[in-house]
Amino acid sequence: MRYDSLLDAVGGTPLVGLAQLSPTADVRLWAKLEDRNPTGSVKDRPALAMVAEAEKDGRLQPGATLLEPTSGNTGISLAMVARQRGYRLVCVMPENTSTERTQLLQAWGADIIYSPAAGGSNEAVRVAKRIAAENPDWVMLYQYGNQANARAHYETTGPELLADLPTITHFVAGLGTTGTLMGVGRFLREQRPDVQIVAAEPRYGELVYGLRNLDEGFIPELYDESILTTRYSVGPHDAVRRMRDLMEREGIFAGPSTGAILHAALGVARKCVRDGEPADIALIVCDAGWKYLSTGAYDGSVDEAEAALDGQLWA
Amino acid sequence: MSIEVRVPTILRPYTSGEKVVSARGTTVAAVVDDLDARYPGIRERLIDDSGLRRFVNVYLNDEDVRFLGGLTTPVADSDSITILPAVAGG
Repeated sequence: MRYDSLLDAVGGTPLVGLAQLSPTADVRLWAKLEDRNPTGSVKDRPALAMVAEAEKDGRLQPGATLLEPTSGNTGISLAMVARQRGYRLVCVMPENTSTERTQLLQAWGADIIYSPAAGGSNEAVRVAKRIAAENPDWVMLYQYGNQANARAHYETTGPELLADLPTITHFVAGLGTTGTLMGVGRFLREQRPDVQIVAAEPRYGELVYGLRNLDEGFIPELYDESILTTRYSVGPHDAVRRMRDLMEREGIFAGPSTGAILHAALGVARKCVRDGEPADIALIVCDAGWKYLSTGAYDGSVDEAEAALDGQLWA
Repeated sequence: MSIEVRVPTILRPYTSGEKVVSARGTTVAAVVDDLDARYPGIRERLIDDSGLRRFVNVYLNDEDVRFLGGLTTPVADSDSITILPAVAGG
């Protein structure tokens, strides 16, 4: 396939059947390989869409500085897009993220401001909002509240899934900014009113929930509960176990967030088998395992990997 | 009839620092009431007039109770409940 530029090569990812992990011939799992995007994650779609829209509406002028709170992947995608389009990028990233995220951000030319580990991405959002107020000429695209994030999935990921899997009954994805679930969910509900939209939310170690009070909690502005059928909380043990299943049984090398999604998808599949309902369950592979090698996610036993990930933002 | 309830760090001042406590009840609301009888004040941190507080997530066997039956979701013996504050991902 030929493209005019790298940015034109975002999206159009393969959907592959999981022959070994699908429980029966009637209840099948399908993985959308979003790690096949230019920077290796699903976030290339919203990053490109948010920048393109800000250029179109005049918020982004040549040479501008972008500012974004990110636990990693969105920052890496924005850094790549910013480099292509001639912007500077400043990322606010929690300090408890993998070394590879820092290395990749710096390789693409981004500047990093670290936010404290306690409070995780909540803290990164708060720090970024403060810096944005101090630098009014910087542009914060703000993935958690930017409709172009969800729209990227409404306009690309959703239609790709439906074209490849017209018989889709379930869609399972991770809940972070909520952009993937909101965008794909809205599109699929319009096209297939009976489709089930299932969220897999990573459950981190206690450090990440170290808020000072409950009023500091955070719900992304993009989140619309009515789009979801249900929502599961998946801890690091199940995420790592499923991530390794995916490697060992299907040959797919993914990160822990994908393991959490697969865990939720297998739970959905088990219920379909129990109820005798045929199903085509599509799930998102958010990124590959490369960025997590240094965390120990692929080393030793599942228990050892779980211990290594404790306190880390692993999804 | 005993339900295992996992309590987040921020609410442990109510449970004398205990991470996991036991409670009784046949619905989520009844479990919260029972918790409040054992650990006075905890109910008010979880629930307001409109139901579950905005930044409080409650999971029954890892599924968000907002998508089950909310506070009226039935709870069975040996179920587990996890309480977590809503945090950002991405």
